[in-house]
Amino acid sequence: MTHSKNENSMSIKVLYFASLKEQLGRSSEELNSADISTVADVWQQVSSGYDVSQSVLHSVNQEYAELSTPVKPGDEVAFFPPVTGG
Amino acid sequence: MISILHSAFDPWKAISQHQEQMQRDGQYGACATFIGTMRDINEGDAVNAMVLEHYPGMTEKHLQKIVAQAEEKWSLLDTLIIHRVGELLPNDPIVLVAVWSAHRKDAFEACRFMMEDLKSKAPFWKKERLAADDQQTEKNRWVKKNTSGY
Repeated sequence: MTHSKNENSMSIKVLYFASLKEQLGRSSEELNSADISTVADVWQQVSSGYDVSQSVLHSVNQEYAELSTPVKPGDEVAFFPPVTGG
Repeated sequence: MISILHSAFDPWKAISQHQEQMQRDGQYGACATFIGTMRDINEGDAVNAMVLEHYPGMTEKHLQKIVAQAEEKWSLLDTLIIHRVGELLPNDPIVLVAVWSAHRKDAFEACRFMMEDLKSKAPFWKKERLAADDQQTEKNRWVKKNTSGY
């Protein structure tokens, strides 16, 4: 499927990291923003059909967010397991 | 200064190089540092290597936030954070946090704060490569959670 500029501007970029990326079998995708108003809506769409047993953290535009945080077209939403750096 | 490095680094050299170019001679009376190094054993298992993944963009943004919070809370002259990503071997330095201030209280406390915040919130993930029971093959294991430092 090809994306026109117009379609891209309506989409939400979703990223996955670490063990969650492996569980879902993908590192990123573009979602159509119709029917999406919060982080919870994004998570429901991308995780349906998967058994994600671990706790998942989320960010919007590279800042930690709540499930209730609003999401708008053009936003970058990410989901990842607890961090283990340092 | 904040650096995410894809290859091995020498934290002691990094500290002295940074201090030389600070041009704060005569101002700092204290420098507190933390250096984290990779161990060859975790949860009782031998670890051969480790891969550190990060979220490019959010990582730098979050570390900048940590520095800004520390500068607001304590009186600091300079800070340096270096964190490795990519493949690491036992004994490789993983992280360096260094803080310069006039007096020790600010340097000690800010260094601790920055390190603990980095550990609990900066988006890095460790995957260990473990020696399997037969000693011939290896298996991967994601580190599930960091221990509390307090």
